[in-house]
Amino acid sequence: MSVVTKKGEQLKAELDDLLDEIDSVLEENAEEFVRNYVQKGGQ
Amino acid sequence: MAVAKILGIETEYGVAGGPDYDPTTASSIIVNAYAQQGRTRISWDFNDESPGTDARGIVGVGSLAPMIETHLANTVLTNGARLYVDHAHPEYSSPECRTPAEATLYDQAGEEIMRRALTVANETLPEEMSISLYKNNSDGKGNSYGTHENYLVARDVEFSDVVRAMVPHFVSRQVVVGAGKVGSETDVGQAADPAFQLSARAEFFEEVVGLETTLKRPIINTRDEPHSDAERFRRLHVICGDANMSPVATLVKIGSTALLLAALEDDGVRSFPSPPAAPVRAIRNFSFDPSLRVTVDDEDGRSRTAWDYQDELWQLAERYVQRYGGEAVASSDEVALILRQWREMLDGVRDHPLDVADRVDWVAKQRIVEGFQSRYDLRPRDAKLRAIDLQYHDVRRDKSLALRVGLAEVAGDEEIRDAVHRAPRSTRAYFRGECVTRFPDAIVSANWDSIVFDVGHGPLQRIPMMDPTRGTEELVGPLFETNLTAVALVAALNG
Repeated sequence: MSVVTKKGEQLKAELDDLLDEIDSVLEENAEEFVRNYVQKGGQ
Repeated sequence: MAVAKILGIETEYGVAGGPDYDPTTASSIIVNAYAQQGRTRISWDFNDESPGTDARGIVGVGSLAPMIETHLANTVLTNGARLYVDHAHPEYSSPECRTPAEATLYDQAGEEIMRRALTVANETLPEEMSISLYKNNSDGKGNSYGTHENYLVARDVEFSDVVRAMVPHFVSRQVVVGAGKVGSETDVGQAADPAFQLSARAEFFEEVVGLETTLKRPIINTRDEPHSDAERFRRLHVICGDANMSPVATLVKIGSTALLLAALEDDGVRSFPSPPAAPVRAIRNFSFDPSLRVTVDDEDGRSRTAWDYQDELWQLAERYVQRYGGEAVASSDEVALILRQWREMLDGVRDHPLDVADRVDWVAKQRIVEGFQSRYDLRPRDAKLRAIDLQYHDVRRDKSLALRVGLAEVAGDEEIRDAVHRAPRSTRAYFRGECVTRFPDAIVSANWDSIVFDVGHGPLQRIPMMDPTRGTEELVGPLFETNLTAVALVAALNG
């Protein structure tokens, strides 16, 4: 068994692209999105 | 001798949206959506449930058994899992698995099941009522819900030894398997006011040992409900962990805990490090400190960081495997993988966090939170950063941030899709899953340790499954080949 992992350098180089992508999918009104997320407690 | 570590993970998902924003209604819609598109609507059987039974043998004053809502949606799936509504959350309880990699696979199958249920549910709802689901553990406002792990343990291990041996791991393993969290939300968390924590769940723990799971949550839960032969087994119900998005983190969380339990059974409690003198303070303070420098004193006055505890526990597990083999947990290949990943993640968080950002959830999350913070010059705990934290756990493929940060995989997509429908072959879940797949019309109800058949004549027939290591494909597979009807199967089992 094995797991294919990445090197830190590669991850570093990819961060800018990743942040661009996150920017494009992140809920637009963060304030409201976070405020409206209310749960009843569970176990 | 260590018993086979039969394993399972139960996850309560966070739920938003739905008619009138009512979480119980939304949860029911999710569970029913999945049940209705499947072949079966077999309900859960509560006959053998006793969540109020305490492993310490006494039930403390003020202990509350969890509420069981029998009128809510509650189904058994063909993969042997249970999908139901618990405490206003949809919950997926994985089938019993034989190894940590298998438990990880079925945890991911649970995510896929929730994703499919969500798609079906939202197709039937007007857009303004559309539902979203989050595989996380809190809402950022002080409300928490659980991701519980289950481990089969030999009954002859004293419960007090389980507590003494396992508390060091449960307070410190968040260093490698914490899911990370922006800010804090309990009184004690707000007093410490961390910008970022290792664990989503740690700040909610108030006791070391106890029966409760919703109030005054304990690091070690004493619910003694083995769902098996209580003379031989106990089921350790671990409630202090985070929901992991990283499959390697799930593998290491379950694998490390299972190896340490096996070491306890085979070698006793003496080889374990002394627990912190104040475990509740330890689990919180370790979580509040992503720099990993905070130390706590153990019962003998020795001071350690969470990293130090993990280092000692890794060595203990490694020595155990050298000496006894790890067959109680998994194949030698898989055990070697668990030990290697645990070690790499542990060294990584201290020396080169970026090298493990593809495996350690809190590092992956912190990386994008800090990246965003510096790109937009945001203050710590800004709403945008909290939104990233929440959306990291979004179940939807088009929204999930965890699916975008490059997390390493344990199982392939095809294997996960197969596990959505097929039970593990390696435990009694195989028998349950095959029965539900082949004879849905003849099954009245099912639960972890029995199935009730209506064979059309005479009384209902309960088939007990008190040993979770039996009912495997190897043992009962031939029965399904020769008995093609429920009547024949029940007759063969009774004969």
